[in-house]
Amino acid sequence: MTTDVLVLLEHADDGALRPSVPELLTLGRTIGTVGAVWVAAADPGADVLAELAAHGVQELHVVTPDAHPRLTPVIAEALAALVEPSTRAVLLGSSFENKEVAARLGVLTGAGVMVDVAALSVDGERLVAEKQVFAATWTTRCTVRTPLAVLAVKPHAVQAETTGPSEPQVVRHEVSVSAVAAAVEVVERTERAPSERPDLGAAQVVVVGGRGTDGDFSALDELADVLGGAVGATRVATDEGWIDRDAQIGQTGVTVAPRLYIGAGVSGAVHHRGGMQASGTIVAINTDADAPIFEIADLGIVGDLRQVLPQATAELRRLRG
Amino acid sequence: MCVKHVPDLMAERRLDDAGRVVRDGGDGTLNELDENAVEAALTLAEEHDAEVVALTMGPDDAVDAVRRALQMGADRAVHVLDDALTGTDVFGTARVLAAAVRRIAEDGPVDLVVTGMASLDGLTSMLPAALSAELGLPQLTLAVETAIADGAVTVHRDLDHATEVLRAPLPALVSVTDQANEPRYPAFAGIMAARKKPVDTIGLDDLGLDGSGLGAQGARTEVLTATERPPRTDRVLLTDEGDAGLRLAEYLVQNKLV
Ligand SMILES: Cc1cc2nc3c(=O)[nH]c(=O)nc-3n(C[C@H](O)[C@H](O)[C@H](O)COP(=O)(O)OP(=O)(O)OC[C@H]3O[C@@H](n4cnc5c(N)ncnc54)[C@H](O)[C@@H]3O)c2cc1C
Ligand SMILES: Nc1ncnc2c1ncn2[C@@H]1O[C@H](COP(=O)(O)O)[C@@H](O)[C@H]1O
Repeated sequence: MTTDVLVLLEHADDGALRPSVPELLTLGRTIGTVGAVWVAAADPGADVLAELAAHGVQELHVVTPDAHPRLTPVIAEALAALVEPSTRAVLLGSSFENKEVAARLGVLTGAGVMVDVAALSVDGERLVAEKQVFAATWTTRCTVRTPLAVLAVKPHAVQAETTGPSEPQVVRHEVSVSAVAAAVEVVERTERAPSERPDLGAAQVVVVGGRGTDGDFSALDELADVLGGAVGATRVATDEGWIDRDAQIGQTGVTVAPRLYIGAGVSGAVHHRGGMQASGTIVAINTDADAPIFEIADLGIVGDLRQVLPQATAELRRLRG
Repeated sequence: MCVKHVPDLMAERRLDDAGRVVRDGGDGTLNELDENAVEAALTLAEEHDAEVVALTMGPDDAVDAVRRALQMGADRAVHVLDDALTGTDVFGTARVLAAAVRRIAEDGPVDLVVTGMASLDGLTSMLPAALSAELGLPQLTLAVETAIADGAVTVHRDLDHATEVLRAPLPALVSVTDQANEPRYPAFAGIMAARKKPVDTIGLDDLGLDGSGLGAQGARTEVLTATERPPRTDRVLLTDEGDAGLRLAEYLVQNKLV
């Protein structure tokens, strides 16, 4: 069987698929027949197989590399080993790690690489990717000039939909990686326990706190809970240790593009904007009427977050009954 | 260490019809994140008594980026400048920088290549991985802590879902994040000293490269259209008079955001 699209099955150390995977599988089907790629020391679990079947996946490639399966050069070499002349695209989620995988895969295969893809369409022979650049003040439509495209896709590029069911055929591969890829030793790796809240990068609602919270995120947590959203932060807040580093939104943190962004006590520095300006609706609460975030806010509230947020939370709870 | 000249983040940024960054000259700076790379390289070199070479590929004014690195304390600089490089993509850039690193290695072994985590203009973060692949060097990216001992480099890194400690034998490539250090500010003496430090400007011929895979022609991707995002309309700014929380809730309900 020939598959024209390979989708990397990103997963946690415990084997759970990342939320991006169903979206990538959905997108993959718009391009052609999908082969899913699992790179790990252990086999995928029954839940993974069920998810693939629900997405009509034809082939599951289980790759066991002879080096640490979390290293990006190892993943890139594993994917490169599966690329065939008929392969049109390799899809993976757009994270810092996967952009490295994409870059190396580009060097190994000569593929054209597009990262941070916000939307993808198939225009005849051509794959057209939409990207936001310059802190989402510009949108570009790009394509590759090479037979193979490597696409690192952002969350929500497509609405995940199942189609199935299929019975994916399992193909096993033992890949021997290059000496350079194997030269890196993973001395330690600790995966953080997933939070109860939705994944920041994929959440539809994100409530963000900055220096103006003065370290007290409780009002943000409560609003996020009532909205079913994730909590993010500026670098000031993560530097202060008020919240985990992985909550940082911005150019050197996570990029988010939720339907709703609520920033409280956030000034809207350019480095922060770079990671949130593509959000659907932007709400800002700030005591300073001249804060730059108001320049991009759909709803700006000049006020104290300690008053405004609890009042909004209480009202939303009341409306919900 | 690789540094890049980028348009000033605060300046208005535009794309031309071909989807390339318009470099209006005069408003460029050293990519802020590369200051962390310079700082990391300088600190390691001080500890291990090594020379630091600043390397950049870019147009004329890219020399400002290496100048800044020299002011911070780098010993010398190499600037790859060639008209044929306009529009080069990340893979071409990696090939050129790799060739330049090999050339630098002719003068003495290169133990470590240090880069920033991303260019704040393109923000692709692809170059470090592509460059290490071109050079055949072990890759240790996104370091928040870097240490060298016994011929090996160890980095701590903070990823989206995990923290890791990686180790590899030298020579290797390391990219550092903005959490890695506090870049030093060049002192007056450093600024004066930098004027006398050598900047070696070289072209593709010096690197023994032909133009294939380089320039806009050689780029593997193509921008079809570039459009500026229309400004947000219907923006509302209100001042809290005791009921802003209620107004916020109402706004969310009305706009079907809850
Ligand atoms: C290379 C580099 C990379 C960076 N990357 C990032 C990044 O990825 N993400 C990021 O966020 N930053 C990043 N930064 C930092 C960035 O430049 C800003 O310093 C940071 O975003 C500011 O955070 P802030 O808005 O919390 O703080 P401030 O700018 O201090 O703003 C705090 C705001 O809170 C308001 N306020 C105070 N009290 C209240 C109250 N009670 N109620 C309501 N409002 C109140 C104030 O009016 C003020 O506007 C980076 C910087 C550099 C140099
Ligand atoms: N033209 C260039 N010259 C030198 N270094 C570069 C160049 N482009 C990128 N880099 C380095 O690669 C890092 C990541 O860049 P990028 O992949 O463009 O986001 C930067 O922080 C620089 O250290």
